[in-house]
Amino acid sequence: MSIPNDLKYTKSHEWVRLEDDGTATIGITPHAQELLGDMVFVETPAVGRQLKQGDECAVVESVKAAADVYAPITGEVTAANQELASAPEKINQDAYAAWLFRLKPANTADLEKLLDSAGYQKLLESEDH
Amino acid sequence: MNAKMVDFGGWDMPLHYGSQLDEHHKVRSDVGMFDVSHMLAVDIEGGDARAFLRQLVANNIDKLTQPGKALYSCMLNPDGGVIDDLIIYFLTESHFRMVVNAGTADKDMAWMLLQRDRIAPGLEITPRRDLAMIAVQGPNARAKVWQVLPGSQTDTENLKLFQAAFFDKYFIARTGYTGEDGFEITLPAVDAASFWNKLHAAGVAPAGLGARDTLRLEAGMNLYGQDMDETINPLEAGLGWTVDLKSDRDFIGKQALLDKPAIQQLTGLVLLDRGVLRSHQKVVTQNGGGEGEITSGGFSPTLNQSIALARLPLAVSPGDEVQVVVRDKQLKAKVVKYPFVRNGKILV
Repeated sequence: MSIPNDLKYTKSHEWVRLEDDGTATIGITPHAQELLGDMVFVETPAVGRQLKQGDECAVVESVKAAADVYAPITGEVTAANQELASAPEKINQDAYAAWLFRLKPANTADLEKLLDSAGYQKLLESEDH
Repeated sequence: MNAKMVDFGGWDMPLHYGSQLDEHHKVRSDVGMFDVSHMLAVDIEGGDARAFLRQLVANNIDKLTQPGKALYSCMLNPDGGVIDDLIIYFLTESHFRMVVNAGTADKDMAWMLLQRDRIAPGLEITPRRDLAMIAVQGPNARAKVWQVLPGSQTDTENLKLFQAAFFDKYFIARTGYTGEDGFEITLPAVDAASFWNKLHAAGVAPAGLGARDTLRLEAGMNLYGQDMDETINPLEAGLGWTVDLKSDRDFIGKQALLDKPAIQQLTGLVLLDRGVLRSHQKVVTQNGGGEGEITSGGFSPTLNQSIALARLPLAVSPGDEVQVVVRDKQLKAKVVKYPFVRNGKILV
């Protein structure tokens, strides 16, 4: 499984990408997608919602289970991927392309506290054993 | 086979072999196979076998008059709760075979031995862990089995639903848990891997527990531990058709069922809003009939929307709209008569 270097990661298996315009794009990792299996429902947060780090802000449901998605950092939601409402399987097809929502970070430095690709790789290895 | 494994009642079971949705659709449209060896076959042998079963189970064993015929039944406790749901095959007058659930197998054996000592002490009750079970299901299931077991067609093509026949070392039953045609085949465990591989080589796709659950939910078939258990009256779990209260035969649990009539019913739900229904979600009814609960819920791959079985007040009827509490929202659902899907066709 590829774990790109230009992304940040959380212990709860979200990925975060800092965009050129200063917003952060958030999705779930291929590992999370694989654990859940075929996706059948996605609920994204409303644009404008203020999120604190760790808030439950989205839900992804597979044939197997429902999983909460947590805000990796504090900020305001600026966009949500509406396409997933009718095509949740896009997360299974490419979890890095099928982003869930974007937010404007309250403090961009918060991103530095997230896991880098090596840290996330280590987390996956430890969960494997 | 690259299976994603999970623990199921102490058994290491395949949840899926890739995509649960693909496995589901394959069974509805073509054929798939399930390793269901976790279920336990129990042989009941002796002259008193029928007399024993007359008291042991809620359905009427005397419906079985023809060798090979099968009967679906609940085994109840004295309070009328469901110890297990099971299938009984009539082989000969002194030999019946029962197939019980995996998670309840030990409890079932203990209960049956206890009742045996009381009702028919001479009876032999033997758990057959030396046997394996493979379910081949789908519109093309029987043809595939005949292809893989040359000569078996003659002995099994005239089997009606819920009938079984021996072919060589294979016990072939026209039963299943998917709402599709097919066979459940019991065979010596030592031969199971090679039989499985032959089916696979013939193009039968393996399917896991995940697809088994969505298929049985669409087919409106109860799952023990979810839709009923020892605290649930079978008449409130959609199993009234399996409980024989008409004949004067006495069976364990009968008096309790007569003493406390059902006040709830098992119904189907189709979710009208977006989301996924899951077991234990609360159902709020409109007409003041009170609340109910989803017992099995999930995403229906055939309907491409969420469906559920729910235990609701008797006042609720098909066509009614109810609200289901999902996280912080109330979602709209329609009450329907199940099954949702049979033989590839949507019925709701």
